[in-house]
Amino acid sequence: MRVMRVGTRALLVEVGSDGEVQALHAEVIRRRATGAMPPVGEVVPAARTVLLDGLDDPGALARDLAGWHIPEQAADDGALVEVPTRYDGADLADVAAHWRVPAAEVVKVHSSVEFRVAFCGFAPGFGYLTGLPERYGMPRLATPRPAVPAGSVALAGMYTGVYPRSSPGGWRLIGRTDLVLWDPAREPASLFTPGTRVRFVPVDR
Amino acid sequence: MIEVVRAGALTTVQDLGRHGLAQLGVPRSGALDEPAHRFANRLVGNPESAATLETTLTGIAVRLHATATVAVTGAPAPVRLDGRPAAWGAAVHVPAGSVLDVGTATHGLRSYVAFSGGVEVTPVLGSRSTDLLAGLGPAPLSGGDLLPLGTPTARPAPIDAAPLSAPAHDLVLRLVLGPRHDWFTEAALAGLPKARFQVATASNRIALRTEGHALERAVHRELPSEGMVLGSVQVPPDGRPLVFLADHPTTGGYPVIGVVPVADLAAAAQARPGASVRFVPIR
Repeated sequence: MRVMRVGTRALLVEVGSDGEVQALHAEVIRRRATGAMPPVGEVVPAARTVLLDGLDDPGALARDLAGWHIPEQAADDGALVEVPTRYDGADLADVAAHWRVPAAEVVKVHSSVEFRVAFCGFAPGFGYLTGLPERYGMPRLATPRPAVPAGSVALAGMYTGVYPRSSPGGWRLIGRTDLVLWDPAREPASLFTPGTRVRFVPVDR
Repeated sequence: MIEVVRAGALTTVQDLGRHGLAQLGVPRSGALDEPAHRFANRLVGNPESAATLETTLTGIAVRLHATATVAVTGAPAPVRLDGRPAAWGAAVHVPAGSVLDVGTATHGLRSYVAFSGGVEVTPVLGSRSTDLLAGLGPAPLSGGDLLPLGTPTARPAPIDAAPLSAPAHDLVLRLVLGPRHDWFTEAALAGLPKARFQVATASNRIALRTEGHALERAVHRELPSEGMVLGSVQVPPDGRPLVFLADHPTTGGYPVIGVVPVADLAAAAQARPGASVRFVPIR
């Protein structure tokens, strides 16, 4: 674990893997809820880091962090969201070719994995989901599409994502869901938060 | 109710922003020159969290459908009430039916217009702020828009001191180095205090962008996305640093060489394109 100062009120904690980020994030949330750490304004997990912003004394917490015991995360820990998905995306054939499997196998692999929301970013409610084995990595499109429809289920690098609203995007589209992932008028506004477990369930329409 | 007669180049509703939602990808948003926003509210007797209007360079004109107290702060600009000069940086009594016109800023960029009772558009996720990155809150104002005002809760403050942002043709921003300053060459870091940048025209509520000087990287691999704070100075591959302002993305994939303290960001928000910028590293 490497702890870096960010300005005068924040710390960036860097760890070695996606799994370590999730375990550290879960521990921060647990300690925050039980008052076992000083008040923190924002807790932002990302690919290899957790940002702690809005700290009164970042130096003191930086010293404490070294002594934290961070338990490994249980596989069934966290809420589960099922995403009904029509696997008819415009890039499904390209993904199948890249994986060197038939399109039906892409659907089978993708819908059999239990994903976890590693972090959110890019747009409100957009989660970066991990869980696919490494051999299923997928490069982004060389030229992003100017408009990707809301609900598109897509792949890029090691991540799966679902576009919460229409936006430009360079991820590979494999399907689409009618599930509303993001609605600021709803409680909770976002179905995906860091740590949420996700399964994609194939549907015909 | 107020009615927008002339919206100006870009006028948005702003308050103190959305907090505690960065982990969902929701930017903080809120007034860019926060001291000016707070001051405008105090002048008209509002809590500092009430929503004001943030203008950009060319001001705004509004007709008031009911009598209210109004104050204009931030970038100094000519203020007129039904064509007659009125005070900037002070409470102004505006009778129902009158038109308040905030003209083009004489210096600085963003003026704040507070109304007694505050602008009471429906909050989204706890804030009335317009977020131009995430598309949350009310759209930027257009001519003919009607905005509700709340009920005044207190009398206008009798006396207050105007927080005058320095005229920013030579913007000096303090910089706390890190977390990724070690991604830049020794020469880039050593030369930083003397390097001259200019505010680029592409600057907006998301970031103050610069041009004129490039910072050389020592590490060329890709940085996995990481969380960003307000004031982060991110350096994209072209080497031109940008300073993240209120509508900044919550995560980013370019290294942050340092962070500008929040106290310096009001001046950054008032710097016009072409103004010179320096970064002074502090401990």
